[in-house]
Amino acid sequence: MINAILIFNNHGKPRLIRFYQYFAEELQQQIIRETFHLVSKRDDNVCNFLEGGSLIGGSDYKLIYRHYATLYFVFCVDSSESELGILDLIQVFVETLDKCFENVCELDLIFHMDKVHYILQEVVMGGMVLETNMNEIVAQVELQNRMEKSEGGLSAAPARAVSAVKNMNLPEMPRNINIGDLNIKVPSLSPF
Amino acid sequence: MPAVSKGDGMRGLAVFISDIRNCKSKEAEIKRINKELANIRSKFKGDKALDGYSKKKYVCKLLFIFLLGHDIDFGHMEAVNLLSSNKYTEKQIGYLFISVLVNSNSELIRLINNAIKNDLSSRNPTFMCLALHCIANVGSREMAEAFAGEIPRILVAGDTMDSVKQSAALCLLRLYKASPDLVLMGEWTSRVVHLLNDQHMGVVTAAISLITCLSQKNPDEFKTCVSLAVSRLSRIVSSASTDLQDYTYYFVPAPWLSCKLLRLLQCYPPPEDGAVKGRLVECLETILNKAQEPPKSKKVQHSNAKNAILFEAISLIIHYDSEPNLLVRACNQLGQFLQHRETNLRYLALESMCTLASSEFSHEAVKTHIETVINALKTERDVSVRQRAADLLYAMCDRSNAKQIVAEMLSYLETADYSIREEMVLKVAILAEKYAVDYSWYVDTILNLIRIAGDYVSEEVWYRVIQIVINRDDVQGYAAKTVFEALQAPACHENMVKVGGYILGEFGNLIAGDPRSSPLVQFNLLHSKFHLCSVPTRALLLSAYIKFINLFPETKATIQEVLRSDSQIRNSDVELQQRAVEYLKLSSIASTDVLATVLEEMPPFPERESSILAKLKKKKGPGVVPVSELEDGKREGGELNGGGDRGPDSAMSASNASTPSPSADLLGLRSAAPVSAAAPSAGSLLVDVFSESGAGGPAAAVNDDGFLRFVCKNNGVLFENQLLQIGIKSEYRQNLGRMYLFYGNKTSVQFASFSTTVSYPGELQSQLNVQTKPVEPLVEGGAQVQQVLNIECITDFSEAPQLNIKFRYGGALQNITLKLPVTINKFFQPTEMAATDFFQRWKQLSQPQQEAQKIFKANHGMDTEVLKAKLLGLGTALLENVDPNPENYVCAGVVQTKSQQVGVLLRLEPNAQAQPGVQMYRLTLRSSKDTVSKRLCDLLAEQF
Repeated sequence: MINAILIFNNHGKPRLIRFYQYFAEELQQQIIRETFHLVSKRDDNVCNFLEGGSLIGGSDYKLIYRHYATLYFVFCVDSSESELGILDLIQVFVETLDKCFENVCELDLIFHMDKVHYILQEVVMGGMVLETNMNEIVAQVELQNRMEKSEGGLSAAPARAVSAVKNMNLPEMPRNINIGDLNIKVPSLSPF
Repeated sequence: MPAVSKGDGMRGLAVFISDIRNCKSKEAEIKRINKELANIRSKFKGDKALDGYSKKKYVCKLLFIFLLGHDIDFGHMEAVNLLSSNKYTEKQIGYLFISVLVNSNSELIRLINNAIKNDLSSRNPTFMCLALHCIANVGSREMAEAFAGEIPRILVAGDTMDSVKQSAALCLLRLYKASPDLVLMGEWTSRVVHLLNDQHMGVVTAAISLITCLSQKNPDEFKTCVSLAVSRLSRIVSSASTDLQDYTYYFVPAPWLSCKLLRLLQCYPPPEDGAVKGRLVECLETILNKAQEPPKSKKVQHSNAKNAILFEAISLIIHYDSEPNLLVRACNQLGQFLQHRETNLRYLALESMCTLASSEFSHEAVKTHIETVINALKTERDVSVRQRAADLLYAMCDRSNAKQIVAEMLSYLETADYSIREEMVLKVAILAEKYAVDYSWYVDTILNLIRIAGDYVSEEVWYRVIQIVINRDDVQGYAAKTVFEALQAPACHENMVKVGGYILGEFGNLIAGDPRSSPLVQFNLLHSKFHLCSVPTRALLLSAYIKFINLFPETKATIQEVLRSDSQIRNSDVELQQRAVEYLKLSSIASTDVLATVLEEMPPFPERESSILAKLKKKKGPGVVPVSELEDGKREGGELNGGGDRGPDSAMSASNASTPSPSADLLGLRSAAPVSAAAPSAGSLLVDVFSESGAGGPAAAVNDDGFLRFVCKNNGVLFENQLLQIGIKSEYRQNLGRMYLFYGNKTSVQFASFSTTVSYPGELQSQLNVQTKPVEPLVEGGAQVQQVLNIECITDFSEAPQLNIKFRYGGALQNITLKLPVTINKFFQPTEMAATDFFQRWKQLSQPQQEAQKIFKANHGMDTEVLKAKLLGLGTALLENVDPNPENYVCAGVVQTKSQQVGVLLRLEPNAQAQPGVQMYRLTLRSSKDTVSKRLCDLLAEQF
C-alpha cells in the first residue's frame, strides 16, 4: 500500500501532499520535513529507495522517490509494493502531468493544485493503484475537463491572471521539469 | 491541446497564491494567510448566501493554506454543502477537501454519507467515482456500516461501467482493511475472483489488489484465484509487446499487473495441479530468459519495468523454495545484478539475496558472492546499499565464513555511517556468539567491538559477554588477560571499563601471577579510569574493589584508603557514598571467611535467549532477520551459554541453573527471569554483588518459568530471590498428593507476618482440593520453615493453583505469587502394554476432539536419555518396541481423578533434520477426554 505521496521542491516547500493513512496535521508537516531532510541530502545518482523516516513507520516502510529538476516526487510504501513498479508509477504520474499541462513545470503544480489532485486520483485511490495506463488516465482527465467546460461561464477572465503570473519575473524557477536524462516527454509508441 | 484547461482557474485564488509567493519573509506570509483566513471566515459566516463558485474558490484557498502547513479548523461545513451541488466542479472540490482534511472520526461523516448515498445512486458514473473515492480515502467505520453492503453489488453488476468497477474494487478493499467484520464477501467471492478474467485491464489492475488482500486473510476461500492468475500471467508474459496496446509500457507488456499477479501467487504454496504448475514454471522461465535478451529500448523505464517483473518472479521462486533449478537461475541472475551499473538493481539484488540465503538449495550459491558483497560494503557510495550489503553478509554467515565476515564488519565499523552503527554492532555481537568455535575469538571480537564502536555498544552486548565469560571457565583467564591489555590504552571507552571492572573483579586472580599484572597493578589500572567514568560505572568499580580485597588481601590497605577518601565516603552521590561506607565497613569487620562467602564467585547464569537477539528483533522487523535465523541463534546461544552440555540431572537438580543471583536479573534484561523482586532503580547498571545491601522491593509477578520446570520432576527449588528461597518436594499416589514447601530466609533479619495462601483461578476450585495449615508468622534470619500441602484431584484440570506469600522484611511488605507446580500429569499411573494393545487403543481414540497435536521446534538437544528421563518423569510408562520407527517414543498412562479415570496415549516424533539446523518435534496425545489431551499437549510442548 502507498501510505503517502509527497511532492516538494528543492527547498522543501510542499507542492502536493496526500496521506492515505491518518496523521494529524502537525505530524504531516513533520513527516514532510523529515522526508525532505532524508531525500535532499542524497546525490542524484544513488539509488531511489531508502528506509522510511522514523515518523512514517521506520524500516517497515520505504521511501521511493524521483527527482525531476526542481521537484521531488516521493512515495512512501509498505513492503507489499514492488520498488521498481512504484518507480515506474511515479514516471507514469509525471508523464501524465506533462501531457495534461503541456510541459508541466513547478508553477503548474502551484496554481493548479486541485487539478494535480484530480489527476493523482485517477492513478491512486485510497493508497492503492487504480490505473496505470496513461491514455486512460488522460482520457478521464479530459472527460472532467469537458464537464467543467460545459458548466461554463467561469473560464474567460481568470486566464489572464494566470498568464500574468506565469510571466512574472521568477528567475529561480525553471520552466519545465524535464531536463537531463530523465526525459519526461511521452514517447511516441512506434507501431510495429 | 492540454487536457487541463489552464485558463479555467479562479482569479481570486491565483492572486492569493501570487501574493503568498511574493512574501519576502515567513512573517509576511503568515500575516497574509491570517488575513485571508479572516476574510474567508467572514464570508462563510456572513449573511449573504455564497454562490457555488465562491464556495469553491474559498475551499480551494483553504486547501492551499493547508498545504503550506497551517491548520484548517473551519470550512468543513461549506465543503459538505458543495457535495450536494449539481455542478460537477463544485462537487469535485468538495470531495477533495473532505478527502484531504476530514479524518475518519469526524462528526460530519453522517452528512457526508448522505451526499455519498445520493451520488452512488445517481447512476452518473463520474459522480459515482467521486463518491467511491471519498469512501476509499476516508474509510471510516461509519462509512463501512453504510456502504459495505452496497459496494460489492456495484463491483460485480453487469451494467457497471469499467471505471466505476475499478473504483468500487479499491473502495471495497479500503473498507475491508478498516473494518473486515463489516465486509462480508460470501456470495460475491467467486465473482470477485473472476474479475481476474475481466476484459478491461484497468479493472484487473484494481481488482487484483483487492483479491490479494482478501486471499491473505482467507486463503482457502480464494484459492481458485491461483489458476486464474497463472493463466492471466501466462497470457501477458507470452504476448508480443504490442498486444496489450495501452498497457504496454516502454515495450514491456503490462508490467504493473504482472508484478501484482506474481505477488498474489506469493500468498499461496506452489499450485498442486500439474498443468497449472507447468504453465507457471514456463512463465517464470520465460521471464528469466527475457532478462538475458538484449533490451528493446535504451530508456531506463524499459529496464525498470522489465526488472520489476523479474524481481517479483524471483521472489516467487524463493517463496516456493522447491525448484532447485529455478533457484539457482535466480541466484545467478541476482549475482549479475550485484555488479550492475544501476544502483537500484544492486540494491534490490542485495535485498533479494538476503531471502535467498535462507533457502537450503541456494545458501551455498549465495555464499559464492561473498567477495562482491564485502566489496559493496566497502565501496558503495550510497548508505542504503551498504546497509543492504551488511544485511546480506549477516544472512549468509555460517560457521565456514563467520571469521571473515565478522572481521570485515568490524573493519567497516570503523568508518560506518552513524545511522547504521548500532545495528551493525548488534549483528557483529550476535554472529560472534552464534559461530564462536573458540571463546577467545569471541572475547577478542567483543572487546574489539567495544574498542571500535564503544558508543554504539548497548548494554545487552556487554552484559552478554560477561554472562558467557562467567559461564565458561575455560575462557575466564583469557578474558582477564585480554581485558587487562585493552585497559592499557590511554583512552578507552567506558564500556570497556565496565567489562574490565567486572571481569577483573571476578577473575583477576587468574592473571595475578604475572608481575606485570599483579593485583596492585590491576587495581591501579582500574582506578586510573575511575575519575573519567559516570556514576554507574564508578559504582561498579567500587564493587570490583571490594572483590579485590577478597581476592588479594594484600590490596586491602590501598583499597581501604581509597574507600576512606573524602571523594568516596563523602561523595555527593548517595549510591556511591553508600557503597564506599558499606564496603569499607565490610572489609574492616568481616573475617576472611565471611568476606569469601559474601564475595563468592558469581554462579553461572541460567540458560536463556540472548538478549541481544531480542534487541535486534525489536529494532528491525522480523522481515529483516528471518525467524529461523533467530531461533537458530537462540539455540546455539544457549549452547554457548553452557546449558547444552549440562546433563539432565544437574539441570534438574536445580542447583546452579535455578539459582539466579540478583545480578542475573539485571544482566538478562527483559527476559522473564524468575527473580522479580528488588530490581534497583530503573536504568541502573549497578551490578550488585551484595544480596543484603539491595533493599528488597515488593514483587508480585507470577512465575511461569519455575512452574514449567516441574512438569517432569517433583523436587527442586521453585523460587529464589535475594531474600527468600522456596524448595519443593512432592509425592503423588492415585488421585492424592502431598507437597512439602520449604521457605528459607536467606537474610540475617527475621521475616515478620509471614503468611501463605493458596488460591484457585478459574474453575479450579471445583477440580482440585488443597489443604494446608498456616505457617509460623515469624521466620528467623537464616532459618527454614516447612509447610505441608495435601492435594486431592477431584476431576481433570487445566489451571494451576497459586501460592501467595506475604511477609515483612525490614518494614517493607513483600508479596510474591507463584504457580504451584501441580499439573494433571502428576496423577498419572503408568500402564505397560504391548504394541498390539497400544495400536488398538490408539485407533479407538480416533475422534478428532480426543486428539491434541503440536509441532514445535526443539528447545533443547535431542538426547535420547534426556528425553526418556523426561517422559518417565511425566509419570507415564515409556513403551519400548511399540512404534515401528525406533526414533519415536510412545507412552501410556491413566490419569487418576476422584471422579473418573482417563486413559492417555502419547507419541513423540523427533525430526532432527526438519530443516537444516532446525530440529522439530511432533507431539500427539490421545485420551478419552478432550480437555486432558489438550492440557497435556500444552504442558509437554514446553518441555523438549
